[in-house]
Amino acid sequence: MHASGYEPWSAERAAQIIADHQHLAGATMPILHAVQEVFGFVPEPVVPMIAESLNLSRAEVHGVVTFYHDFRREPPGRHVIKLCAAEACQSMGSEALAAYAEQKLGLEMGETSADGRVTLEPIYCLGLCACAPSALIDGRLVGRLDRDTIDEIAAEAGR
Amino acid sequence: MSTPRIFVPNDATAIACGADRVARAFADAFAARGIEAVIVRNGSRGLFWLEPLVEVETPAGRVGYGPVKASDVTGLLDAGFMDGKAHPLCVGVVEELPYLKKQTRLTFARCGIIDPLSLDDYKAHGGYLGLAKAVQIGPAATVEEVFQSGLRGRGGAGFPTGIKWRTVAATAADQKYIVCNADEGDSGTFADRLIMEADPFCLIEGMTIAGLAVGATKGYVYCRSEYPLSLVVMEKAIAIARKAGLLGDNILGSGLAFDMEMRMGAGAYVCGEETALLESLEGKRGVVRAKPPLPAIKGLFQKPTVINNLISLATVPVILEKGGAFYRDFGMGRSRGTMPIQLAGNIKYGGLFETAFGIPLGELVYDIGGGTASGRPVKAVQAGGPLGAYLPISQFDTPFDYEAFAAKDALIGHGGIVVFDDTADMAHMARFAMEFCAHESCGKCTPCRIGSTRGKETLDKIIAGERREANLAILTDLCQTMKLGSLCALGGFTPYPVISALTHFPEDFGAAPRLPAAAE
Repeated sequence: MHASGYEPWSAERAAQIIADHQHLAGATMPILHAVQEVFGFVPEPVVPMIAESLNLSRAEVHGVVTFYHDFRREPPGRHVIKLCAAEACQSMGSEALAAYAEQKLGLEMGETSADGRVTLEPIYCLGLCACAPSALIDGRLVGRLDRDTIDEIAAEAGR
Repeated sequence: MSTPRIFVPNDATAIACGADRVARAFADAFAARGIEAVIVRNGSRGLFWLEPLVEVETPAGRVGYGPVKASDVTGLLDAGFMDGKAHPLCVGVVEELPYLKKQTRLTFARCGIIDPLSLDDYKAHGGYLGLAKAVQIGPAATVEEVFQSGLRGRGGAGFPTGIKWRTVAATAADQKYIVCNADEGDSGTFADRLIMEADPFCLIEGMTIAGLAVGATKGYVYCRSEYPLSLVVMEKAIAIARKAGLLGDNILGSGLAFDMEMRMGAGAYVCGEETALLESLEGKRGVVRAKPPLPAIKGLFQKPTVINNLISLATVPVILEKGGAFYRDFGMGRSRGTMPIQLAGNIKYGGLFETAFGIPLGELVYDIGGGTASGRPVKAVQAGGPLGAYLPISQFDTPFDYEAFAAKDALIGHGGIVVFDDTADMAHMARFAMEFCAHESCGKCTPCRIGSTRGKETLDKIIAGERREANLAILTDLCQTMKLGSLCALGGFTPYPVISALTHFPEDFGAAPRLPAAAE
């Protein structure tokens, strides 16, 4: 899930992704997911390409990209830290942990560090509510999250 | 003697607590010690406080150890783990644990026991008997069996599943669909995830039965993106079922066709609402549709569609296998059968507890759940997800039943119960409910789109002590407007946590503490 593992923008590669998924009924979402998996985000030039191939307007595709929280319009940091902010995690002190993470990383929720090393985001429920608080760190699930784990992540991210 | 087997769950919660590292440590230790053993990656039994719960097969039954860390493996093997010997982490024969023994596992009967991707295991534990029965009795009788079971939508609305099926079966069309709602967004819930990761064929079988019963040849599972492991397990299971001829053109020689695929959501809570989900599946913004037309008449791509919660569909195989009457005999009042109740948040024994409807809330929190994890007194529980009411201890005698909860202005929703201890600030939780609604509103209707933002602002003023009485009147009025005027449950039910918090915990909103005599 590291940005370094993502491919640089390529219109040919994007066209290939679209062609691979175009046959699906309601193909917009599967295409956007596949695009983001390859490039790390949904680059602007892919929007008219999807619109053209699915016979949609650019506005319709833009509307889909911007509706869903998952789709990024900017590249993420090399490390992506998502802390669960939903009620079950709150009942186990997730808000204090989130504040600690913000202070430790020098970031506010939703921000990517200027050096592109780390992105800190809230996520609403990972379904790990019986071992709260939980997090998704570079695609890895973490339960029973504590300050030590946040310290480890911060060290990994060079903070 | 056959090769000994040990079990290390391949379940998101178990993995989040280190199960993959534990499995690797066992594999390494077995190699180093020359022990011949098979490591089965089962699903979780849902006893999450014990995860990673490692089990070993012994003549006495499967003996469990948990929660196991990778660093415990050497000590376990030294203590005689392979023979189920004593160790501080040993919990004894897992099936004998009171937490499991007290349950009535119908939908979750196989979870944690079988290898999720072994079709042989699935069949050895009653799998595909329901589908065989459905093929034998035919579509009309299958729909009737589901109707007779009294099964109601497990997503929270509680609409009779059999009526949805009847409507779709009776609607003629060249194409019909089965859509499984696996957009399990409620905090405190993980039942759908457990089925997908522990018993995926059960969902495949349930959807296949639904397809044959109503004449739908295509199914979609709309799974949230926060469940990446569920997606992987389901994709594999679908491929296995297809290869075995259990999906495809001629299901069990019936001459009937059914196939299905997985689709991934993209982080929008509102897509758990059935019409928003359908829009999303069609590749659009997840905006709620006005009803009518009902999805059963004009659903996915405007075709008749059965859209059911995952747990409803995963309960269909056991209903067909054992009969609608068997299922209907569990439960109370109009809530028939069993419910997978999910105990979560600040709770000592968090996990999945499947039981017949009717169990009192307090028994779930204290007797089963063991009270809070923090050891502090329980303050409240939120039942039914972010749109569910906060219930104080004085309401803990409420039986777990659709109507009994509704009578208390609460809802059982998808069966999640999140426990809070006495450090919780209920005004803060009420504000969060409005904030979450604002964050997730699809924007189609005004009460939800604008009301949630104004609700959050008004709560900020109340919390700051600004014109408290006037702002409380505005908040109450706003909640009424949202409740009655919203298009779907997101705006319509957000008032439940807000008003319940305000009603039961006025002191958290700046009111003078109530005298004990004034408490209800």
